[in-house]
Amino acid sequence: MGRGRIDPGWGFVAPALLAIGAFFFVPVVASLLLSFTDFDVYAVARPDRLRLVGLGNYARLVAEPRFRTALANTAYFVIVGGPLSVAASLGAALLLEAKVARWKGVFRTVFFLPVVTTLVAVAVVWRYLYHPRHGLLNLLLGVFGIGPIDWLGDPRWAMPAIILLAVWKNFGFNMVIFIAGLQSIPERLYEAARMDGASGWQQFRRVTLPMLAPTFLFVAVVTMIGYFQLFAEPYVMTQGGPANSTLSVVLLMYEEGFRWWNMGYGAAVAFVLFAIILLLTLVQLRLRAREAIP
Amino acid sequence: MRRRVQTFAVHGVLVVAAALTVLPLVWMVAASLMPTGEASAVPPRLVPSAATLDHYRALFARLHLTRALLNSAGLATAVTLVSLFLNSMAGYGFAKFRFAGRDRLFRVLLGALVIPAQVAMLPLFLILRALGAIDTYWAVVVPGMASVFGIFLVRQYALGIPDSVLDAARVDGAGEFRIYRSLVLFLCAPVLITLAVFTFMGTWNDFMWPLIVLADDRLYTLPVALANLAGEHVQDTELMMAGAVLTVLPVMLLFVFLQRYYVAGIMSGGVKE
Repeated sequence: MGRGRIDPGWGFVAPALLAIGAFFFVPVVASLLLSFTDFDVYAVARPDRLRLVGLGNYARLVAEPRFRTALANTAYFVIVGGPLSVAASLGAALLLEAKVARWKGVFRTVFFLPVVTTLVAVAVVWRYLYHPRHGLLNLLLGVFGIGPIDWLGDPRWAMPAIILLAVWKNFGFNMVIFIAGLQSIPERLYEAARMDGASGWQQFRRVTLPMLAPTFLFVAVVTMIGYFQLFAEPYVMTQGGPANSTLSVVLLMYEEGFRWWNMGYGAAVAFVLFAIILLLTLVQLRLRAREAIP
Repeated sequence: MRRRVQTFAVHGVLVVAAALTVLPLVWMVAASLMPTGEASAVPPRLVPSAATLDHYRALFARLHLTRALLNSAGLATAVTLVSLFLNSMAGYGFAKFRFAGRDRLFRVLLGALVIPAQVAMLPLFLILRALGAIDTYWAVVVPGMASVFGIFLVRQYALGIPDSVLDAARVDGAGEFRIYRSLVLFLCAPVLITLAVFTFMGTWNDFMWPLIVLADDRLYTLPVALANLAGEHVQDTELMMAGAVLTVLPVMLLFVFLQRYYVAGIMSGGVKE
């Protein structure tokens, strides 16, 4: 074995740890420091002009209407889009796991296809599907006497349009996780429930849902973290408009940091996002842990 | 009787849902083959009146998307190979060696999964700029060299390798790296394929980071090139759809052929707590 007393395990983990440390952990810490400075376009050229501003960026951010709008839009996307997407995933998984269902493999592949597509490409496609006059969606809705809706041009409809795209793109991912969860529920639990005279709905409420609780927790946390990072959809489809109705926190960070080079301010935006995600993740883990005790 | 109604209902919903799911993709392909202007016809059509490959030709000849296609393929391959190497070593190291602080270190890594990648982006840009790596391929490869998810995936799998097999190799006089190279990699092959598919697709589909670090349009990956085109050619619906097909098709084919491994990867992340 290797020379000296150093465990060879270190040799195996060191390269990856160095890479993750240098290009993730160091930047994360640096980002926190950056958020306490006034790093802007002048500092990019001359770093010596950098000044510490303490919590100045955070104070500015709280007072800034654009940041509050971005936060509200992102919350809208997470609170409405997240549960919708999880519900669609669960619905698809339940259908595919129904005893009578045939051609499960084919349906599963079809439902999963949007997950592997490139977000930018399908955002471009959906931009045309949402066209008020010759888009496919309004044609479809017209059959039911609805519309026409100016999906991406109307501030009230732009965010729902982005949510619809996100649900379509993502539901297959959680569906696969739910299928794995459903398959791990022992059949004898259902048999016992039927012996006690439980109806289909009661079996779902009393057996399926409680047994899926760990899966739900995982899916909820992962979906929430992902949905808070909304960026490419508004970047490609609306550039944050109309009237800032689809401006997300990450899009704001991108614009401030990489378009206007307000990097100190951009870092503060990123850290607020991180703090919110961390807090909500801990809350979810706590809530579920408490539920699990009885 | 009730069962037949149920069978009918379940399949009815499945068929409608599947049709709605593929509709955007079917339209994308159909529109990419339509003569110019036809994709904006009122009412919209789903089948081209006469299929043409003109828009694909324009992408390659006039808009130089060949270069973006090669950039995407090359970068995704490079990131996949490098990260497969580093992640497999680390995953094996965490699974099969007992060094001081191992478990705490692993927990710190897992905890880092809550940190959104965007938090690191601004300083990472400045660091790479100081190194002269901005606007080079390196800037795309460097942050993808190793990943917590990849290490986790390999570790879970490598835990199942019996110690007796490794010890037997040691008794035979094999060095530690040799054991990793010729024995562990072989035993971990299924999970490495899963990880390779994941990493390749993830890098291929990534948008925000390449958008930030690549300014020279000769270095653009397909998603960045496509987003750029979408700004300039809003009116050319058919051309844009051809670009979308070109971007999506390679990863979709990869998925269709390797979906067994891909789905296995998601499940192992989700079910094992």
